[in-house]
Amino acid sequence: MFRKITQPLGAVVLVSLLALPVKAEDQPLRFPVEIPGPQPGQLVHTPPTMEDLEASNLHPELKRTIRRGYDLFMNTQQLRGENVFNDMNCKSCHMGEGRLPFAAPVWRAAVVLPNFRPKNQHVNNLEERIAGCFSFSMNGTPPEYGSDNMVALAAYHRWLARGVPIYQLGNYYGRGYPIDEPEEEPSYTRGEALYEENCAICHASDGSGLRVDGQAHFPAVWGDLSYNWGAGIIRRFTLAGFIRNNMPLGQPYSMSVQESWDIAEYINSHERPQDPRYTGDVGETRERYYETFHRHGYYGTEQQGQLLGDHDNVGEKDFLRPWNLRPRTYE
Amino acid sequence: MQSLLMKIMISSFLLVGWSLPAWALDGDAQRGEAAAAVCSACHQADGSGQNIPDGESWPRLAGMNADYLYKQVKDFQAGTRVNASMQPFAQMLTDQQLRDVAVYYSQLPVTPAAGGETASEEDLAWGEKLATRGDWERYIVPCSSCHGPGNQGAGQHFPGIAGQHAGYLAQQLRAWQNGDRDNDPQHLMAAIAERMNERDIQAVSAWLAQQPAN
Ligand code: HEC
Ligand code: HEC
Ligand code: HEC
Ligand code: HEC
Repeated sequence: MFRKITQPLGAVVLVSLLALPVKAEDQPLRFPVEIPGPQPGQLVHTPPTMEDLEASNLHPELKRTIRRGYDLFMNTQQLRGENVFNDMNCKSCHMGEGRLPFAAPVWRAAVVLPNFRPKNQHVNNLEERIAGCFSFSMNGTPPEYGSDNMVALAAYHRWLARGVPIYQLGNYYGRGYPIDEPEEEPSYTRGEALYEENCAICHASDGSGLRVDGQAHFPAVWGDLSYNWGAGIIRRFTLAGFIRNNMPLGQPYSMSVQESWDIAEYINSHERPQDPRYTGDVGETRERYYETFHRHGYYGTEQQGQLLGDHDNVGEKDFLRPWNLRPRTYE
Repeated sequence: MQSLLMKIMISSFLLVGWSLPAWALDGDAQRGEAAAAVCSACHQADGSGQNIPDGESWPRLAGMNADYLYKQVKDFQAGTRVNASMQPFAQMLTDQQLRDVAVYYSQLPVTPAAGGETASEEDLAWGEKLATRGDWERYIVPCSSCHGPGNQGAGQHFPGIAGQHAGYLAQQLRAWQNGDRDNDPQHLMAAIAERMNERDIQAVSAWLAQQPAN
C-alpha cells in the first residue's frame, strides 16, 4: 500500500488522474493517457488548485501573493530581459501548472528543503532552488532573495504542498522525470527522424520553437533561446524522461522508452548557451563538474564532428555568471 | 511559382513601408476573389460564414491563415476531411484556384462571430478555463498552448479559434469525437477532443466565439 498524505481530496483527484477518462458511450479512447500509478510505500500528494485557493480561508494578502506566484510561474516571460533571457516559462518544463506527476512537480521542494544539494555541494533552501532554475533553465539571473517576486514564487510552491508533512525525506510519487534504461544504444539518426516526425511541427526543424508576434509560443529545444549547458535537463536521462512522460504535447507516453532516448540523443547533440559555471575552458569546466553533473551530458565532448560548448556564446544575456552561483561556507 | 507581377507587388508593398504579407502561400487574391464567387452562398461575400443554431454552421474564413485554409480545402478535395456540403465545391476548383481563394480569404478583414449568447456565466467561466488553463486532471491541455496567444492562431498548423462561430467550433469538436474529422497532423487535436464531454464543448465554443479573433 502507498501512503496517502493528503486525505481525502488527494485520493479522490488522484483516482481521476489515473482512471482513464472514457467517452460517454464507453468507447475506449484512441489516445489514452496512462500515467503510471504509485509504487508501494510511496508518498502520494495531489496539489490543490487555484480554485481551491479562492475557496480557502487564507488571508487575502496571502492569496494575492500566491496568485502573483502562479502568474509568474505560468508567464515567466514577463521577466524577460530582467531575469529571463530565453523563451522559457517555469511551466515549460513543470507542466500542468507545476502540479503534474512526472513533470517534476515543484511542491516537493517546499517540503524537503533546506537540504544538501550535490549539484552545488551545499545546503539549499526553496528560494535558492528556484534561483537554480533561473540561472540554468531560464538562462538568466534570479530575482533577489526575499524580493516580491521571489516571495510570490516561493509562496506558490508552498501552497501546492498544502497538507504534506515537512521533512519526510521519503520516496515521493511523481517526482522528476523518471525513465527506464534503453534496450539499445540511443541513436542520433533514429532520433533525428523521430524528431522530424513528432516534434518539429511545434519545436521547428532547427530547434528554435515558434514565436508568435515576437512572443515565445513553442519553446526552443536547442540554440540561443533554449536552456543553457548547466541546466538539469541537458542530462541524457532527464531529457529522455521528460519526453517520455510529457511529449508530444497532449500525448504523453506515446513515445516508447527507446524512442525517447533516441530523440534526447539527437537534441542533446546540438549547441546551446554556455554553462554559467564556465571557467573559460570547456574541458576544464566539464572536468570540474564531471562527477556531479556533466558525466550525464555531452557538454565538452565531440558529437557529430563538433566539440560542444567550446564557445563564449551566452545567448541573449550580457553576462556569464549570475550572482547566486556562489559557495556557502559559513566562514 | 511566383509571378513577376506578384514580386513587383511585394516589393512595392515594402517600399511604401508595409510589413511583409502574412501568407507564405503562392496565390493571387484578385484571381481568388473571382474563384470564390461559388463559395459565397455559404461562406458569404465577406467571408463571414454563418452561425446556424440547430443546423450546420458555415465557418468564417475571413482573416484565417492562408496555408491552413489551403490545407483544409486540399483535404476536402482528397477526401481526408469529409463534409457533404463542402466536398463538391472543393472539387470544383483547380489547385491554383484553391491557393488563390485561400490567399483571398486570409486577407479579408475579420468579421464578428455568433453563437453561445445564451450560455450561463458559469459555463462561460468554465469555457474560459478550458481555453486558457485547460483541465490537466483529464489531460485537456489548454487550447491556447497550441492555438496561440489569445487562441488567435500560431503559424500555419494551429488555426485561430477565437472569434469563430460557436456552432462551427462545437461541430468540429464533435466531428473529432466521432471520427468524422480525422485530418489533424499527428492527431494532436483528436487526442484533446476525445477527452471532452458535451458540457466542455458547449462552454468552450460559447466562450471562444465571444473573444476577439485578432
Ligand atoms: C528547461 C526546463 C526547466 C525550466 C524552464 C524550469 N525548470 Fe525547474 N527543474 C527542471 C529540472 C530538470 C529539474 C530537476 C527535476 C528532477 O528532480 O529530476 C527541476 C527542478 C525544479 C525544482 C525542484 C523540484 C524537486 O522535486 O525538488 C523546483 C522547485 C523548480 N525546478 C522550480 C522552477 C521554477 C520556479 C522555474 C521557473 C523560474 C523552473 N523551475 C523552470 C527543469 C526546468
Ligand atoms: C503540439 C506542439 C508540440 C509538440 C508536437 C511537441 N511539443 Fe514539446 N513542448 C510544447 C509546449 C507548448 C511546451 C511547453 C509546455 C507547456 O507550455 O505546457 C513543450 C516543451 C518541451 C520541452 C521542454 C522545454 C524546452 O523547450 O526544452 C522539451 C524538451 C520538448 N517539449 C520536447 C519535445 C519533443 C522531443 C517532442 C516530440 C516527441 C515534442 N516536444 C513535441 C509543444 C509541443
Ligand atoms: C453549401 C455550402 C458551402 C459552400 C458553397 C462552400 N462551403 Fe466551405 N464549408 C462549408 C461547411 C458546412 C464547412 C464546415 C465543414 C465541416 O463541418 O467539416 C466548410 C468548411 C470550409 C473550410 C474549412 C474552414 C476551417 O476553418 O477549417 C474551407 C477552407 C472552406 N469551407 C472553403 C470553401 C471554398 C473555397 C468554397 C468555394 C469553392 C466553399 N468553401 C464553398 C460549406 C460550404
Ligand atoms: C496539442 C495541440 C492542440 C491543442 C491543445 C488543442 N488543439 Fe485544436 N487543433 C490543433 C490542430 C493541429 C488543429 C488543426 C487541424 C488540421 O490541420 O486539420 C486544430 C484545430 C481545431 C479546430 C478546428 C478549427 C477550424 O477552423 O476548423 C477547433 C474547433 C479546435 N482545434 C478547438 C480546440 C479547443 C477548443 C481546444 C482546447 C479545449 C483545442 N483545440 C486544443 C491542435 C490542438
